Amino acid sequence: MSEQLSGAEIILKALVDQGVDVIFGYPGGAVLPLYDALFKQNRIRHVLCRHEQGAVHMAEGYARSTGKVGVVLVTSGPGATNAVTGLTDALMDSVPVVCLTGQVPTFLIGNDAFQEADTTGITRQCTKHNYLVKDSDKLARTIHEAFLVAATGRPGPVVVDLPKDILMGKAPYIPASRVKHRSYKPQVKADIKAIEQAVELMGKAQRPVFYIGGGVVNSGPNACKLLTSFVRSTGFPITSTLMGLGAYPASDQQFLGMLGMHGTYEANMTMHDCDLMICIGARFDDRVTGRLDAFAPGSKKIHVDIDPSSINKNVAVDVPIVGDVAHVIEDMIRVWKAKQVRPAQKAIAAWWSTIDGWKARNCLAYKATDSTIKPQQAIQRLYALAKDRDTYITTEVGQHQMWAAQFYKFEEPNRWMTSGGLGTMGYGLPAALGVQVAHPDSLVVDISGEASFMMNMQEMGTAAQYRLPIKVMILNNQYMGMVRQWQELLHGSRYSESYSDALPDFVKLADSFGWLGLTVDSPADLDSAIQTMIDSDKPVLLDVHVDPSENCYPMIPSGAAHNHMLMGPEDGAGAGVSDHGMVLV
Amino acid sequence: MMTQQDIRTHTIAVLVDNEAGVLARVIGLFSGRGYNIESLTVAEVDTAEHLSRITLVTSGTPMVIEQIKAQLGRLVPVRMVADLTVEGPAVSRELALLKVVGTGEKRVESLRIADIFRANVVDSTNESFVFEIVGKTDKLDAFIKLMEPLGLAEISRTGVAAIARGKDPLL
Ligand SMILES: Cc1ncc(C[n+]2csc(CCOP(=O)(O)OP(=O)(O)O)c2C)c(N)n1
Ligand SMILES: [Mg+2]
Repeated sequence: MSEQLSGAEIILKALVDQGVDVIFGYPGGAVLPLYDALFKQNRIRHVLCRHEQGAVHMAEGYARSTGKVGVVLVTSGPGATNAVTGLTDALMDSVPVVCLTGQVPTFLIGNDAFQEADTTGITRQCTKHNYLVKDSDKLARTIHEAFLVAATGRPGPVVVDLPKDILMGKAPYIPASRVKHRSYKPQVKADIKAIEQAVELMGKAQRPVFYIGGGVVNSGPNACKLLTSFVRSTGFPITSTLMGLGAYPASDQQFLGMLGMHGTYEANMTMHDCDLMICIGARFDDRVTGRLDAFAPGSKKIHVDIDPSSINKNVAVDVPIVGDVAHVIEDMIRVWKAKQVRPAQKAIAAWWSTIDGWKARNCLAYKATDSTIKPQQAIQRLYALAKDRDTYITTEVGQHQMWAAQFYKFEEPNRWMTSGGLGTMGYGLPAALGVQVAHPDSLVVDISGEASFMMNMQEMGTAAQYRLPIKVMILNNQYMGMVRQWQELLHGSRYSESYSDALPDFVKLADSFGWLGLTVDSPADLDSAIQTMIDSDKPVLLDVHVDPSENCYPMIPSGAAHNHMLMGPEDGAGAGVSDHGMVLV
Repeated sequence: MMTQQDIRTHTIAVLVDNEAGVLARVIGLFSGRGYNIESLTVAEVDTAEHLSRITLVTSGTPMVIEQIKAQLGRLVPVRMVADLTVEGPAVSRELALLKVVGTGEKRVESLRIADIFRANVVDSTNESFVFEIVGKTDKLDAFIKLMEPLGLAEISRTGVAAIARGKDPLL
């Protein structure tokens, strides 16, 4: 008979087998056996969050900056329910996370026992999959399966619910190599006929555009390299979603910037007028498409996605290609070369001159002054001062997030972590901690808003405890700026509850956690404040007082089409918003 | 734009690993994404393989039906999804038990109609019958309609079970 281990020991052994070096968590009664087993070993490091939502975002930051699975450990009941927002965030943004939750012992399940919650019931709709382990013999297999499901296909969060008696029961260990799944087999290699059809369309296209998303980043650095070289060989313009930034180098001439609600004028106009859209690893989200019946009306569409349910969900496409981006692009390049495709040079040149006309609108322009710092300016200066370092950027949610996406230039994948699908305020600070854990010597900056910051600021304690020198740069406009902007646009500038009242003294707050706190309010001092932040070997909170009335443009108001963008405040409040648009989020 | 006419009823067979929560996953998918369920049946069909078969009757535009199938296919314990409505001919059957209460002429009439529909009497008292009827959904609907004025008191229906015609199994 093989060696018997306790359930807790089996779990840790399985985690080591899966290459886990760190877990983010918070203890409690139901997981004490696991914490005891952690105490007795030194292969796996544990980072103590201050709220379980923070632990999940840390795991997300870790995962998105490394391409590995992020691991979370929380207790039963409130530990598990606190993790729900993080899990939903990871589901919406396809982030591989395995979350181990404690549970009351099997014989108490269903009795409303102390700290019992129906965790698998609650998390069923916000995970890619979840398990309740009712037998210590199944522990090792379940943990290995959880990693397989989280990391492969379209990645996502997986919960493994662990009753306390299962953690204490004894069973033999099963190595990962012996675990195969009966029904879960994501398709990575695509149908070559569809790829040939796609390449043929590309050869004939007059006004093509690549529209890429987070799926390219998820497919890995090799997918990004292949994509970049393929796009360059076509000479076609390329735009990216919020989630795809960095998959293609932002400084490249063919790159039009981000598309969508706060995307660039040139990206959105190119999408609207294209005759061929090559969508790779993006999902036609409503932030991207705007009004659906006016979305790229004259175009044929190719859609590459590993998740068949993303295809034809919002927008009907002509050539669906189900597969992993890296595999698909590899095949595309091969077919492109074999068929010696020559793009329609003259038409493409004319297309570029149209696009250059749109670019000349200079849609991201803003008016800098000597008296107040513009939020856009703060991000541009951060970029200028940090770009030659090994830098990772996270954000919270709001105007500052959109300005970060517009003004920070990402040359590589996995450098940009933001909550796209769920739009979770409070994501950026813990995500930055997860990134810093994975990359201890890199510069990690959370571009933050004063309101978002306060949603998970308890994690300042985690930064201090583990000496994680993250930088939080608050663009403090004393408003929930994005809410205020919508109230201006849609609700007659009645700023109902969107003012950030009773803010703390951020410098003192920083100080009290052993961070360095800095404030800046004049444009003349901006560079030196940012430089001090970057140069510090401590965690830093930089409170940048920015123009409180600045709004984020360009903007496609909800319910409008790509070619009906508001370019600036002069385009007027309420302009272009239909009754239908009013009900959209 | 899609019109009402594009909405069609489809019978979908789903083979799943018979594990805890699998039915909740399927139902949660339908309610969470706002799809219709007209009928749903489930039972284990292979004990050794722990395989269950879910038969779903749903309706939607072609795009929605494709979405439903793709979303079902995405669930981790789902082994196979087959659209019996479009993938060749299929037979579908449903069973219903009807309690009909009455005496005299109505009672006789209910028996006569049951005979025409080949329904069986599976329980009887002096003033009631329980009929068992098997057939397509529309046959059951017709039978129930005729029983309504004759003292129909209670109905229990199984929902649809369906299988493709011909020699080839799904899996
Ligand atoms: C958890 C959560 N609650 C509410 C919202 C709605 N919301 C979106 S942006 C925003 C304001 C964010 O304010 P701040 O962090 O100061 O950023 P700013 O827009 O001012 O740059 C709010 C409340 C959200 N996205 N997330
Ligand atoms: Mg703000």
